[in-house]
Amino acid sequence: MSLLLIGPVVGPLLAATVLLALPGRLMLRRVVALLATAVVIAVGVVLLLATSDGEVPVLRVGDWPPVVAITLAADPLSALLVTVSAMVVLACLVAAVGTGDDRRRAFLPLTMVLSAGAYGAYLTTDLFNLFVLVEIMLVPSYVLLALSGGPGRAGAGRVYIATSLLGSTILLAGVGLLYGVTGTVGLADLAGMAREIPAAAVAGGVVLLAFALKSALVPLHDWLPRAYPVASPVVVALFSGLLTKVGLYAIIRIYAVLYGGDPAYHPLLVAVALASMVIGVLGAIGVRSMRKVLAFHMVSQIGYVLLGLALFTAASLAAAIFYLAQYVLVKAALFLCAAVVRATRGTDRLSRLGGLASSNPLLAVAFGVAALSLAGLPPFGGFLAKFLVLRAANEVGDWLVLTVAVLVSLVTLLSMLKIWGVAFWGEVPRPAREQTARPGAALLGPPLVLGGCALLLGPLGGPLLQVADAAAAGLLEPAGYVRAVSGR
Amino acid sequence: MSGPLIVGVLVAAGVFLLLRPGQLRLVLGFVLLGHAVNVLLLAAGGLHRREPPVDGGGAESADPLPQAFILTAIVITFGITVYLLRLLRRASRRGSRRPETWDRGPR
Repeated sequence: MSLLLIGPVVGPLLAATVLLALPGRLMLRRVVALLATAVVIAVGVVLLLATSDGEVPVLRVGDWPPVVAITLAADPLSALLVTVSAMVVLACLVAAVGTGDDRRRAFLPLTMVLSAGAYGAYLTTDLFNLFVLVEIMLVPSYVLLALSGGPGRAGAGRVYIATSLLGSTILLAGVGLLYGVTGTVGLADLAGMAREIPAAAVAGGVVLLAFALKSALVPLHDWLPRAYPVASPVVVALFSGLLTKVGLYAIIRIYAVLYGGDPAYHPLLVAVALASMVIGVLGAIGVRSMRKVLAFHMVSQIGYVLLGLALFTAASLAAAIFYLAQYVLVKAALFLCAAVVRATRGTDRLSRLGGLASSNPLLAVAFGVAALSLAGLPPFGGFLAKFLVLRAANEVGDWLVLTVAVLVSLVTLLSMLKIWGVAFWGEVPRPAREQTARPGAALLGPPLVLGGCALLLGPLGGPLLQVADAAAAGLLEPAGYVRAVSGR
Repeated sequence: MSGPLIVGVLVAAGVFLLLRPGQLRLVLGFVLLGHAVNVLLLAAGGLHRREPPVDGGGAESADPLPQAFILTAIVITFGITVYLLRLLRRASRRGSRRPETWDRGPR
């Protein structure tokens, strides 16, 4: 069982090597990449089933003793995120067949390496290995952004690389400081340290700062709406499903384990969460392309997840994890809708779009479902997620949080209606660019399937909710995780 | 005492370079910041918490873990520096035809 843990890291890396050895055979390359990702989804589901009863599978690579070994472990949170990320990667790979992104020789191997780093970051139990795996994930993303970008990619790429490098440097410094204070970088050995040693709390704060930069929390969010919309929509969907979410996962894990959810930091976390929600959603009002609107909403939605973490009750943590899982799928669906729009109309600028609802009703269905779920309308999964967050806030009795969360959903809905009204219902602008080709199944399928997931998660969200409950229990009481990882 | 001083000077110089316009300065700034963090990692080591790595090693032997960290970090920083320089070269080649204003130095 525990040997399976190596699969999500080694599988895609092996696939990347095979892909590099097979230049020119496009169909074969696609099959290899899709197979590797399908295997990761299967491993993720098996891990989800295995961790559902509170067991934590642990793998010490090469059977080295705990301090020396590279240790991988899965609890319900890690297993869930590996599964959901792999689903997004699969959807992006299929959509890339439709848009032709994967005709570039580097696309498939880079995607494989990027995803391997992300899965590894979810499974590692060691802060230094987390740094290394995050780098494995980020380096391909620099190249993907530079390769797939449209006009302005040089400037956007520079902003993106500089921000990421700064984040990585701060992260490494934080890990070094933490090692200097506590003498260990293993998460299990660090459990609760920040409450005992004030210097460890400061060092941990440096690490959290680095991850806040990587997950684009306000006031460190400015790079994301500048950098992401330049890349091709499929690449943005991939980034939105993996990169910022790894930062968010690290914040959740470190705050739960290292700080033990110390209530002294709750006001700070709530303030950052609310600021992210409000500033992200307001930023989306002023921009005029689908990708830019969606990129600003990423900042806003990350705030909801952080809000669940900030309240740090069993209900709020479960809500945050449920929110994160459904949001990753919904966001990928929306970006892949933008990919369809761009592939058929040649642009996703709102001023040059119109009449999509009549020319492409299936796309309209996919976008409508995903957008309503993002805004949090019943009966979609997004409604359940927002309802859970609000209920947790209500239990704590925080009225400011409740008000802001409801208002932000309202503005999110307005923003989605703006895209809908202009791009889907509006007049076809002149000179009309005739639709050159009907989008194929590879292009339309992924957003439809992901949108279907968003719809089903509303009425049938029970199993995901159970997983989220189990993950929240593991974060609230990390003793089982710590015992399994440290081997004591 | 020399450790914090070296880290401080390197960070100051690195941040100064990052805040100047021009991508070459950006690359050099990150190189300096990387060095600063490596020195910090080295200073974070210490054997007062665990046994010496080799049997018979006394109090004089060094903590091997930070050295392993630094080795990994150097490899990563080196790779990214080379990639950044490659991007810079591509931009400057294109710049001969269509200059990108923000790659130029201060005017």
